Amino acid sequence: MQLISILLLVFPLLGFLTIGLLQKQMNRNLSGILASVAIFINFCLSAFLFGYVISSNQVLEVPLFDWIKFADISIPFALTIDRLSALMLMIVNGVGLLIHIYSIGYMKEDESVNRFFAYLNLFIFFMLILVLGSDYLMLFIGWEGVGLSSYLLIGFWFKDHANNNAAKKAFIMNRIGDLGFLLGIFILFSTFKTLSIIDIADKASMMHSGDMTLTIVTLCLFVGAMGKSAQIPLFTWLPDAMAGPTPVSALIHAATMVTAGIYLIARSSVLFVLSPLTMNVILVVGAVTALVGGLIAIYQNDIKKILAYSTVSQLGFLFMALGLGSFSGAMFHLTTHAFFKALLFLAAGSVIHALSGEQDIRKMGGLRSKIPFTFALFIVGTIAISGIPPFAGFFSKEVILTAAFEHGTAMGVFATCISLLTTIYMFRLLFVVFFKPAGKDFKPAHSVHESPKVMLYPMAVLAILSTLAGFVQLPKLFSETQGFDNYLAPIFATANGLVAAPEHGLSVQTEWLIFILPLCVIALLVFYSYQRFVNAKELTPATGIEKVLADKFYFDEIYDFLFVKPIGFLSDFFRQAVDQTIINGFVNAIGNGTLFAGKRLRRLQTGNVGFYLVIMVFSVIAILFFNIIL
Amino acid sequence: MIIVLLLVLPLLASLLLFTGKLGKHSRDFALIASLVEFAVALVAGYAFTFADNKILNLSLNLKQLLDIDIIIYIDSISLMMVMLTSLLIPIIIASNNNREVRNHNFYALILLMQMALIGVFTASEMILFYIFWELALMPVFLITAIWGGEDRKRISVKFLIYTVVGSFAMLIAILYLYTLTSPHSFSFESFYQLKLPYSVQVPVFLAFFLAFAIKIPLFPFHSWQAETYNVSPVQGSMFMAGIMLKMGLYGIIRFILPICPDVVAGGSLIFLPLILFGVIYGAIIAIRQPKLKKMIAFVSLSHVGIIALGLLSNNQYGIEGAILQMFSHGVNVVGFFLCYQMIVIRTGTDIISDLGGIASSAPRFATIFLIIVLANVALPFTNSFVGEFLILLGLFQSNVYIGVIAGLTIILGAVYMLKMYQQVMYGPQTIATQKFADLTTGEIMLFVPIIICIFWVGISPSFVLQLLQSAVN
Repeated sequence: MQLISILLLVFPLLGFLTIGLLQKQMNRNLSGILASVAIFINFCLSAFLFGYVISSNQVLEVPLFDWIKFADISIPFALTIDRLSALMLMIVNGVGLLIHIYSIGYMKEDESVNRFFAYLNLFIFFMLILVLGSDYLMLFIGWEGVGLSSYLLIGFWFKDHANNNAAKKAFIMNRIGDLGFLLGIFILFSTFKTLSIIDIADKASMMHSGDMTLTIVTLCLFVGAMGKSAQIPLFTWLPDAMAGPTPVSALIHAATMVTAGIYLIARSSVLFVLSPLTMNVILVVGAVTALVGGLIAIYQNDIKKILAYSTVSQLGFLFMALGLGSFSGAMFHLTTHAFFKALLFLAAGSVIHALSGEQDIRKMGGLRSKIPFTFALFIVGTIAISGIPPFAGFFSKEVILTAAFEHGTAMGVFATCISLLTTIYMFRLLFVVFFKPAGKDFKPAHSVHESPKVMLYPMAVLAILSTLAGFVQLPKLFSETQGFDNYLAPIFATANGLVAAPEHGLSVQTEWLIFILPLCVIALLVFYSYQRFVNAKELTPATGIEKVLADKFYFDEIYDFLFVKPIGFLSDFFRQAVDQTIINGFVNAIGNGTLFAGKRLRRLQTGNVGFYLVIMVFSVIAILFFNIIL
Repeated sequence: MIIVLLLVLPLLASLLLFTGKLGKHSRDFALIASLVEFAVALVAGYAFTFADNKILNLSLNLKQLLDIDIIIYIDSISLMMVMLTSLLIPIIIASNNNREVRNHNFYALILLMQMALIGVFTASEMILFYIFWELALMPVFLITAIWGGEDRKRISVKFLIYTVVGSFAMLIAILYLYTLTSPHSFSFESFYQLKLPYSVQVPVFLAFFLAFAIKIPLFPFHSWQAETYNVSPVQGSMFMAGIMLKMGLYGIIRFILPICPDVVAGGSLIFLPLILFGVIYGAIIAIRQPKLKKMIAFVSLSHVGIIALGLLSNNQYGIEGAILQMFSHGVNVVGFFLCYQMIVIRTGTDIISDLGGIASSAPRFATIFLIIVLANVALPFTNSFVGEFLILLGLFQSNVYIGVIAGLTIILGAVYMLKMYQQVMYGPQTIATQKFADLTTGEIMLFVPIIICIFWVGISPSFVLQLLQSAVN
């Protein structure tokens, strides 16, 4: 068992090193296969561990070596495999494998395909450290490591500075969050004298709810999560991150890395439930992000940007679930979201591939008949994300909406409205790209072509998962056994035990209402979108409030004005005014003053002995005089 | 005896080179001498690790001759600095490919400097320390003044005067402390045993601090740094940034911490906030510094400020992290200067905005440079992560506000490093970088030891940390 856990890290690392070091020599086709094989082995190992964790019901602790150890500080390098990390293993390696295979087709023509696969394996390596780390510092290693891989992959086509700027922005915004995470780690270490996640949870469960230290710690950790999982105010990097190749957007910026923040909070569930203030902050930030992201998504015209804002919105939704205390609901939606969002991105990639790189949906249209397989897969993804039964998104959203209604009717209605935004922007995308008659701007470079099988099969697998994954847990109306909840129950047992369960669950009528009403609205919205977007000749230019949404609430402009420009100004000011003029000027002035004084004093050296004697006599008198006075 | 060998070997090699007999073979000879020195240092390290009391020492009784005891000893901190010195000097020598302009004297000065530095790091007696301290200044002054760039005379003299002023303050403090010892002795031990009252510690602290703050340099005593780095040949800059400034930090460990403990415990007067300001100040200037070499100077100002903060944090983690970081910084900054040199010899410019697109034609160089950049932004698994993590942890525990503000360098570091890297390596190629050739095997060899150190210290720092532990206590 221990060996298997270690091998999980070994294979992606080996893949990275082999492909990375032999970039020049390696055959272009080989690297993709090699990288995929590494992840395939990993997937098999994960499946084995997954089965082991379920059947044995044990938590596997794998100590590797002492990383930082001296005096009273001891931070081992150790892995933990429990139900939560096993679930993440399945997602990361499973979706990762499919996207690796897809990339073989997608990146075929790229001149640096070897570098691409090396980075992709590097990402998996760090993501696994993040998922498996058994203390907060190890989690942090993975956290920064995936940030690095993300940086390298966003800026993969580095000849264009637009991509590089996006990569840099992602790294720096993540670093802002990382500082929060790091401060959280410092407080944890100062308080608990350890960084082991399990030990801290044990010790913290003895503390009382609302403890000041815990509140600050959890807020710091949440800042970290905001950076990585693109929450307001640290979300603007994610849409820009679409500058990377599309498989990267699917794997890193939709399915896995951006959910690390949710994973972190779920991992620390004990700390968070003891900090009601933080939970409310998370709820508010999540809700606002979900709303803003959803609204912006409706007014974007770049196919990948729409999906990116959709991810921002869905991540906000996940944080809402966490804020409501529904940890397993969040993990459930995280899982299904990984499937259908990856599917949507890959399908979008297939569209872009078909149109030889075109991303603007205004220049698409009528693709339904030209790329039928991609179209079918895209439909599955759209239905799944919109929460239409029996597709996966419906079941996982249902859990979160129920939690919201349990919290209060207003909350429930608000959450429902946010989830309905999904329907609007997704069906707008679907209709414009596939149904609307091709406009006059539609001039693909060469004939539109369906993607090769190596790209279609992975998407098909994701489509099946997006369809069926929901059935592991049917809504309470239909089934007593809550499969997913039960699976994660041991992980969240302590946390759930610390908060009082809601006094009474929802009545059956309310549950039916939650179930039926959104479906009706969805049906209406789909109909409306069809009318609005398929039949309208052109997408009308936005005005008024729509313009604000299309311009993304001017977040980038505001940050530029508040931070980027002032720091640039400060940099010049420090360099030119302070450093050159004041500090260096002062030092030089002392030097010049000394030289000047030297020149003047030189005149005293007249060589005239009489003059020296006079000076000496006066000096002696002066010294005596001082002695008398003092 | 091995310590004597460490000192005598570079001295003899240096004297031999000064004669000029070796002619064309000067560089090779210097390189071999420095490699032998490195091997000796490794043996010393090996002997040290298995020595019972974790100390190697040596006393030469020269009472009849000079009326002083010469004691040289190595504890783990000295060992680390000796290792750093003897590791970097072969790289510095090998990196010099300008054979015609720089003759045998150049290498002789480098080896002389090495001897002085090892003397500084192993002396355990004040007079000896001071002699080596001043001796170490001369070669780098001459290197800058003779082989430097434009305006080299004025800048090197300014550098000389500036540091001598600091040293003078230290000399006064040493002499004053000497008068307090009984029986009179210059040995470190007798200085440590002085239990000075707070009112005496303050001026002593100020005198030492001035000397070290200029040497390191710390804000606001840094104005010689960017100019001197800029004008000095790159080997001189490597010397100053990689090893020489560590003398100041080493001085803080050896003198300020044991002799003025109460001042340090009380927050080092007003200096912590001042250093902290310098840390942020250097980082912010680095963001838009147009010249690569000057940028390295300001990056160094920022990084070294963090180390000084760690040393003065009065916290075990902070101090130990800072000592580890002294080693890491030396390695990383020399790596950075090497990259700088590779760029300058190929393009003839170090104006950042004139560069670009190098990664397209030189993937090997791009990878190596990236590793060094990432080590400088303290990414986990690189050497600086462990050091900075411990320093920030220590600072955070001793003073939350300083810890948090110092933590901002994590963000600023990413800003200036990635901005620079992007501008230099990515994007379209420019006129200067059109024919940028990738690294040769020989050039890669220069980077190998640096990269090994980056990952080795980053992945398993415990061995070093535990060795340091005894000395920190």
